[in-house]
Amino acid sequence: MSVIIILIIASITIASLFLVAFLWGVKSGQFEDDYSPASRILFDDKPAPEKEIK
Amino acid sequence: MEKFYYDNRIVRAFGYATVIFGVVGMLAGLYVAVQIYLPQISMNFAPTTFGRVRPLHTNAIIFAFVGNATFAGVYYSLQRLCKARMFSDKLSWAHFWGWQAIIAAAAISLLMGKTTGKEYAELEWPIDISITLVWVIFGINMFGTIIKRREKHLYVAIWFYIATWVTVAMLHIVNSMEVPVSFMKSYSWYAGVQDALVQWWYGHNAVAFFLTTPVLGLMYYFLPKAANRPVYSYRLSIIHFWALIFLYIWAGPHHLLYTALPDWAQSLGVVFSIMLIAPSWGGMLNGLFTLRGAWDKVKEDPVLKFMVVAITCYGMATFEGPMLSLKTINAIAHYTDWIIAHVHIGGLGWNGFMAFAILYYMVPRLWDTTLYSKKLATNHFWLGTIGIIIYAVPMYWAGFEQSLMWKSFTPEGQLKFQFLETVTNIKPLYVLRSIGGALYLTGALIMVYNLAKTILQGTFVPDEAAEAMPIIKEVSPKKEYWHRVIERKPVTMLVVSLVAVAIGGLIEMIPTFLIKSNIPTIASVKPYTPLELQGRDIYIREGCYLCHSQMIRPFRDEVARYGEYSKAGEFIYDHPFQWGSKRTGPDLAREGGKYPDSWHYNHMYDPRSMSPGSIMPQYTWLLEDAVDTASTPAKIRAMQTLGVPYPDGYDRIANADLVKQEEAIAASLEKDKIKTPANKEIIALIAYLQRIGIDIKAEPKKVIVADKN
Repeated sequence: MSVIIILIIASITIASLFLVAFLWGVKSGQFEDDYSPASRILFDDKPAPEKEIK
Repeated sequence: MEKFYYDNRIVRAFGYATVIFGVVGMLAGLYVAVQIYLPQISMNFAPTTFGRVRPLHTNAIIFAFVGNATFAGVYYSLQRLCKARMFSDKLSWAHFWGWQAIIAAAAISLLMGKTTGKEYAELEWPIDISITLVWVIFGINMFGTIIKRREKHLYVAIWFYIATWVTVAMLHIVNSMEVPVSFMKSYSWYAGVQDALVQWWYGHNAVAFFLTTPVLGLMYYFLPKAANRPVYSYRLSIIHFWALIFLYIWAGPHHLLYTALPDWAQSLGVVFSIMLIAPSWGGMLNGLFTLRGAWDKVKEDPVLKFMVVAITCYGMATFEGPMLSLKTINAIAHYTDWIIAHVHIGGLGWNGFMAFAILYYMVPRLWDTTLYSKKLATNHFWLGTIGIIIYAVPMYWAGFEQSLMWKSFTPEGQLKFQFLETVTNIKPLYVLRSIGGALYLTGALIMVYNLAKTILQGTFVPDEAAEAMPIIKEVSPKKEYWHRVIERKPVTMLVVSLVAVAIGGLIEMIPTFLIKSNIPTIASVKPYTPLELQGRDIYIREGCYLCHSQMIRPFRDEVARYGEYSKAGEFIYDHPFQWGSKRTGPDLAREGGKYPDSWHYNHMYDPRSMSPGSIMPQYTWLLEDAVDTASTPAKIRAMQTLGVPYPDGYDRIANADLVKQEEAIAASLEKDKIKTPANKEIIALIAYLQRIGIDIKAEPKKVIVADKN
């Protein structure tokens, strides 16, 4: 059953990658604002018409 | 403000591919669904038999239909969420054409019978390598886009995409470790129980990270956009994401309950599977609650209709999944059509409806128009929904009923039903299921028409203009990119490089390490003879494992029906393992010696001549084609590499042994008045079938130590 060790190592590697990503997210303030990102995606970034004329 | 353009061409390309392969995959599914009650429609032609078309169906739906839908959705949403064009147009197109080439190669090779024999990982090694390369291209393109983004906050959908990419990469690499024998033929590195464990660790996580996380990411983008309201709770979405990815990777062993897998591994799988209910339902509720107070919109908008049913199906499947992981329920459901129903709630409901929803959302926007007909889309929705019900209900019924019949005993303690009776009994339910599937496919065809009309009435916007502020680079080191931070911290850097080195070292160590653990625990278990090995490869090629298990669970009925329950030590030379996951036909783990050679010969020629009412296809070409003996030495050498103890230099004399065994079987057939040249494939297959599960019978009962692990 030694293959289980490989799977555990692989799974833990993935889990630690996720953990690093999570800690990075927390430290860099990714999760500080849990309100506005949800609304922000609703706005499109179409250029304003008058700028197109320029 | 910076002005830039979103690349819509790549989204269009993946969108077209989604539609095309969706229809192809569903057609293949419908074809095998009909073939299961009308085996004659295989037309006695190898590439159209169930065992070859079924992997085509699963691979087409998972990797071609859902895969392309995911890529279309990711390329659409990632650009808009990052407020940036994709990192590189060249990489986008390399990804697109690479993926389509893989799909084409997969379709051809699967129909030709080129398969590794591991479910959902059937593709042979050259295709596996191409998948890895294309996946890396996709990764560079995705991370490149994320790095050059103009929106500092990574929206939750992006986190789902990242997790998908990372985990699928690892799963694919670990499970695809195989020793090439020739171009398009290889043997799995792992054997028996170990192979089973790796395979279902992969299989379960492939569902998690190819069919669930990316689609959840799509849900978090397209649902709020379609409803034009923010997601119910952004905080919940974050918690749900992290909980889901940390729990999912440990649940794989629940596919192997009551098998020869060690008990503790089974229990671990069960525990994590139960815990998974929480994050899964967190996601479902978050999706459905987003529509609170907006149900009037659902009435109007087909996109939302599809999403509501998709998310509901997700909730049902992710509740059912943990329940099926409970040993008591699994004992009934495993190997039956219950599992087929379960996966189709996920496949037809969650994945299919989500793919339809995003197509209906994106196509009018890409062509700067409105949907051609809401009414047709609504008809599609209803046909699809009714199709799912007519598909799933009969399959639940069939699974439950068949399982109960398998387990029925007469008052005298005899098995009440022959296996065949339990099959013929559920045939009408198979017919109903195919009707459900046909309705679903009809709906999809209506969508094709509707989208085509929409495309014709609009004008395509290849580069969509957008503008946004660039991220102002802050000087504070806290806000730097993570790799800069790591690079400046020696300790962290050391840890990261250690992990990298450890992975490299492991890859070198693993083969020997695995071989050592394959030391026979049952002395009487011997390697396959060359002819049996060739026969086993025919068994794999024809996809026998898709309908026949080789794993007798320690239940009274299974022991009474098939024989002594399976032991871990019996499979140490099985590269790959062939335990199977479904009993459309009976288990074959103790098939050896059950019937005379002539029975197998006649049965493969026409199953119904031996078992009236059987739904197995005919395999007449096995009686005509000769065994490819040229491949024997290479196969023996590959097995030796994997630690199978053939004597040194055996590869050179293996074919002599093979011919001797062929002649013995031909002679035994002749006694039963069957005259056949000895070099035919049927002879090799009979040799293998007569070998399965007999080694253990040579062992005196008390010496068995197989289950010690």
